[in-house]
Amino acid sequence: MTATLFRRADVPALPTPTDPSAPPTAGAPRARPGLGRPLGVGLVGLWLSLIVLLPLAALTVTSFDEGWSGFWDAVTAPVALASLRVTVGVSVVVALVNAVLGTLIAWVLVRDDFRGKRFVDALIDLPFALPTIVASIVLLSLYGPSSPLGIHLNATRPGLLVALAFVTLPFVVRSVQPVLIEADREVEEAAASLGASGWTTFRRIVLPTLAPAVISGTGLSFARAIGEYGSVVLIGGNIPRQTQVASQYIQQQIEIDRPVNAAAVSVALLAIAFATLFVLRLAASRSQRREEASA
Amino acid sequence: MITVTGARKSYGDFAALDDVSLDIPAGTLTALLGPSGSGKSTLLRSIAGLERLDAGTVVIGGRDLTHVAPQKRGIGFVFQHYAAFKHMTVRDNVAFGLSIRKRQKAEIARKVDDLLEIVGLDGFQHRYPAQLSGGQRQRMALARALAVDPEVLLLDEPFGALDAKVRADLRQWLRRLHDEVHVTTVLVTHDQEEALDVADRIAVLNKGRIEQVGDPVSLYERPANDFVMSFLGSVATLNGVLVRPHDIELEREAPVELVAPGHSVPARVRARVERIVRLGFEVRVDLGTDAGERFAVQMTRSQAADLDLRVGETVFARAARGQDPELVGAGAAI
Repeated sequence: MTATLFRRADVPALPTPTDPSAPPTAGAPRARPGLGRPLGVGLVGLWLSLIVLLPLAALTVTSFDEGWSGFWDAVTAPVALASLRVTVGVSVVVALVNAVLGTLIAWVLVRDDFRGKRFVDALIDLPFALPTIVASIVLLSLYGPSSPLGIHLNATRPGLLVALAFVTLPFVVRSVQPVLIEADREVEEAAASLGASGWTTFRRIVLPTLAPAVISGTGLSFARAIGEYGSVVLIGGNIPRQTQVASQYIQQQIEIDRPVNAAAVSVALLAIAFATLFVLRLAASRSQRREEASA
Repeated sequence: MITVTGARKSYGDFAALDDVSLDIPAGTLTALLGPSGSGKSTLLRSIAGLERLDAGTVVIGGRDLTHVAPQKRGIGFVFQHYAAFKHMTVRDNVAFGLSIRKRQKAEIARKVDDLLEIVGLDGFQHRYPAQLSGGQRQRMALARALAVDPEVLLLDEPFGALDAKVRADLRQWLRRLHDEVHVTTVLVTHDQEEALDVADRIAVLNKGRIEQVGDPVSLYERPANDFVMSFLGSVATLNGVLVRPHDIELEREAPVELVAPGHSVPARVRARVERIVRLGFEVRVDLGTDAGERFAVQMTRSQAADLDLRVGETVFARAARGQDPELVGAGAAI
C-alpha cells in the first residue's frame, strides 16, 4: 500500500501530448508530437509559395510588362471594363442568392425530416464534381433555344446567373450546415418561452449565430463566381459588353496574343476577390469574437 | 395554480408520462423529483408547451393551455445549460422578452436594471454571457425569465451544471427570491437534498408516474413506498425492512425484554463493526451481519463517544422507535 503510494508520488502522471484528457497548458510552450514548429511553418510557406504566391506574383509581373499605364489601359479598355462589371454584378447577385437559399437549404436539411433527405444531402456537392463545361451543355439544352421547358436564357444575364448559381451551390450550404447541427436548440426554446415567434427567433437568435458561416460561404461563392469560366462558356453567349464575363474576355485576349491584357484583367479580378474575402473575413470574425468575448 | 390532468407522453415504446395528474397551488415552490428517465423534465416541458402531450390537459390559472403555443402561455423557463443568447449583452438578454412585446425603451431599461439588481448582476449590463461564470449566467437566465412577469416560473435542473458550492448557495438564494417574488415556481431536480432544501412541496416521480406528493417533512417521515423512502435520503435494510441509517440503534448486548401479550418487539440483528468513519459532526458506522448483509448507521459524535465502538466488535442493531410501525401507531393514539 505504502509502496504503491510512494511510487505514484515519485512518478506523477505527466500529461503526454497524446493524452486527450490532458488540458492544454496555457502560456508555456508545449512540446508537440511529430513536426517541430519551424518545420511546420517552413512546409506551409513552401507549399503556399509554390502553389499560390509564385504563380500570382508571376501573373502580376506579366500584367505590368508594359508599365503602370499599360496595366491601367488594359483594365480600363471599354470591353474589359464592361466584362469586369458584368462579372462582379452577376457574382454579387449570385452570392446574395446563395446566402439566402443556401441558408434555407441547410436549414431544411438539418431541421426537417423528409424521405430521401440523405439523397438530397449527397446531391449538394455534385456541382463540384461535374466538369463545368458539362454543366454548361446541360444548362444550354434545358434553358437554351430548344428548351423543353420553354425557358430561354441563352446569352442573357439570367443565363449567367443560373450557371454561376449551379457551380457555387455547395459553399453556403456546407458552411452553414455544421453550425446549425451544433446549434443549441434550448436557446430557441428559451426565445419561444419569452414570447418570440418562429420568425423573430430566427432573425434575432438563430441568424446571428449563423452569420459568420453565412458570410464566409457567401464570400467563397462570390470568389468562385468571378473566376468561373467553364459553366458560362456556352449558355453565357460571350457577347461583349452584355454577357461576356471577365474570364471569357481573358480567354479572348490570350487567343489574339495579348497576354498583358489577359494578365491585367486577371490581376484586377484577384484584387477584387482578395478585397472581398478580406473584408468578409473581418466581418465574420468580428461577429464571432463578440460571441466568444474573452472573459 | 397549475393543474395537469391525465398527462400521457410516449417516445416510441417508452412512456415518459403515464397518466400523470398533479395540482400545483399558486405561489408555491414545488419540486418535481425523480431519477433520470422518470418523466420529470417531460412533465415540466409539457407545462411550458415545449412538449406536446399525447393525452391529458394542462390548465394554468383557470385557462386551458393544452393546445396553446409556449409563446402564449405566460411562462418563464430556465434551462440547465442557461440557454443564454450569446451574441447579446446581459442587458439585451434580460430585455429580450420585453423588447418583442414592444414596450417603451425607458420602461424596459428600468425593469431590466431592477431585475439585475434583484439577481445580483448590477453592473454587468454590458457584459456578454461568455464573460460570466456559470452561476452568474443562470441568474441572468432567471432575470430574463422573470422580466416578462410570468404566471409560472419553470426551472429545469437549473443548478445541475454548477459545482457543489455554487449550487448550494444558488438554491438558498432562489428560496429567498421566491419568498420575495411569490411567483408559482416548479423546479425539476434529481437531487433529493436540493428538493428538501428549497421546495414547499415535492412530487416524486418514477417511471412516468407520480409516486407521492407532499411537503418535504411528510415525504421524509412518511414515505408512501420503498421507492420514495430510498429516493429521499439514504436507507439501510434491516431484517428485510428499509430503515434510515440514523434511525438504527446499536447496543452492546441484547437485553431481555418483557413483552406484553399481543405485542412484538422489533427484532435485533447481530452485526460486526467493520469501519467507523467520522464525517465532521456525524459518525457513520459500517456494519456486516453474519449472513453477509451490509448496512450503515449514522449517529452523532456524542452518541458514538458514549458507545465507544471498536472495529471488529459485535453489536446488536434494531430500528429505532420512530421507525417501528406499532410504536408510531401507539404514539399517534396518545
